[in-house]
Amino acid sequence: MTAISLTVNGASVRADVEDRMLLVHFLRETLSLTGTHVGCDTSQCGACVVHVNGRAVKSCTMFAVQADGDDILTIEGLAKDGTLHPIQAAFQEHHGLQCGFCTPGMIMTALDMLKRHEKPDDATIRHELEGNLCRCTGYLNIIKAIKAAAETV
Amino acid sequence: MYTATFRYLRAETLDQAQALFGEHAEAKYLAGGQTLIPTMKQRLATPSTLIDIARIESLQFIRREGSALVIGAATRHADVAASPDVRASIPALATLAGLIGDPAVRHKGTLGGSIANNDPAADYPAAVLALGATVKTTRRTIAGDAFFTGMFETALEEGEIITEVAFPLPERAGYAKFPNPASRYALVGVFVAKFRSAVSVAVTGAASCVFRQEEMERALSKRFAPDSVVDIKVSPEDLNSDLFGSAEYRAHLVTVMAKRAVTAALGS
Repeated sequence: MTAISLTVNGASVRADVEDRMLLVHFLRETLSLTGTHVGCDTSQCGACVVHVNGRAVKSCTMFAVQADGDDILTIEGLAKDGTLHPIQAAFQEHHGLQCGFCTPGMIMTALDMLKRHEKPDDATIRHELEGNLCRCTGYLNIIKAIKAAAETV
Repeated sequence: MYTATFRYLRAETLDQAQALFGEHAEAKYLAGGQTLIPTMKQRLATPSTLIDIARIESLQFIRREGSALVIGAATRHADVAASPDVRASIPALATLAGLIGDPAVRHKGTLGGSIANNDPAADYPAAVLALGATVKTTRRTIAGDAFFTGMFETALEEGEIITEVAFPLPERAGYAKFPNPASRYALVGVFVAKFRSAVSVAVTGAASCVFRQEEMERALSKRFAPDSVVDIKVSPEDLNSDLFGSAEYRAHLVTVMAKRAVTAALGS
């Protein structure tokens, strides 16, 4: 076990974790932040994407101990005072989800993308979404939602 | 999935990392972890100790040194892809880094980790080989063409850490990759580099280890144009054959990717 301290969605967190605990399990099981999903568990699907120190990473491909001292943002940290984040609102408005399983990862990836690309075109959005799989939507409405969100973020 | 149990230790300096490695049997260095952690989850690797070298600051830099671009081993793919210095001096290298995996993988994965692992389908080995880069380690300097010795095999010794890679600046360079649609690894990737006196062509993804395509190098040395390679038929002998593509298909792709890489080099 190793003692770690980090910031999760603005709150300080201290915990003793087994060294092999993945960050995604720490978030879901220790902190009960179950918005971050485990999809493939093989670093492909992106359902587990969170931000570590402001950058999107796959939390199934990182140990919680590696995040000692880091600043983590999960899907739960986006809405403020009951108001959806503009990217969340755009996904709702443009029907960017059906079953919703991939959506937290999609939105965290979109937030990261829009930090680096102010007004991404379709090709850029598709390239940036290569690490996020959706089995329902065919991606079209996800791309629409991200384009719309780019106007408001 | 859970990995086997191990002990995690974070190194702040290279000296500390090497000392820890000496003190722990069956230790492994952890950089970005984008290959090592999935491998551990499948229990294909079961180190008893992980020594995290990803935060060592002296391994994270990008700078020009004379006629070379030198990149610290723990520099993330995303930082290479976005670097104005890389884009100005070897744009093909920035392009290559921006094609590795996906954005989340590029935020964690490192140059040193990629070449130390020497996956037969990784992108960076093609650039190291074609550009004639030199790999600097905690013990010595290794020429790029002596570094990759076989499938997942390199010249690195036990406990040796890559510190930086120096890429000589070419007159022109281009990289073209046909990605596996699932993994984004190269089904075939070709890096072409034109220097004043020679042209190098390095192929990744096609065989068990990155290799140079000398027939294309000779043709491009005579005339650096896409047409110089289009009629070169690559032999499928010794090329990989799997679910995603036969050896014949990969052989065909080598020529197509080489043509695209030359076109890209001329466009930059």
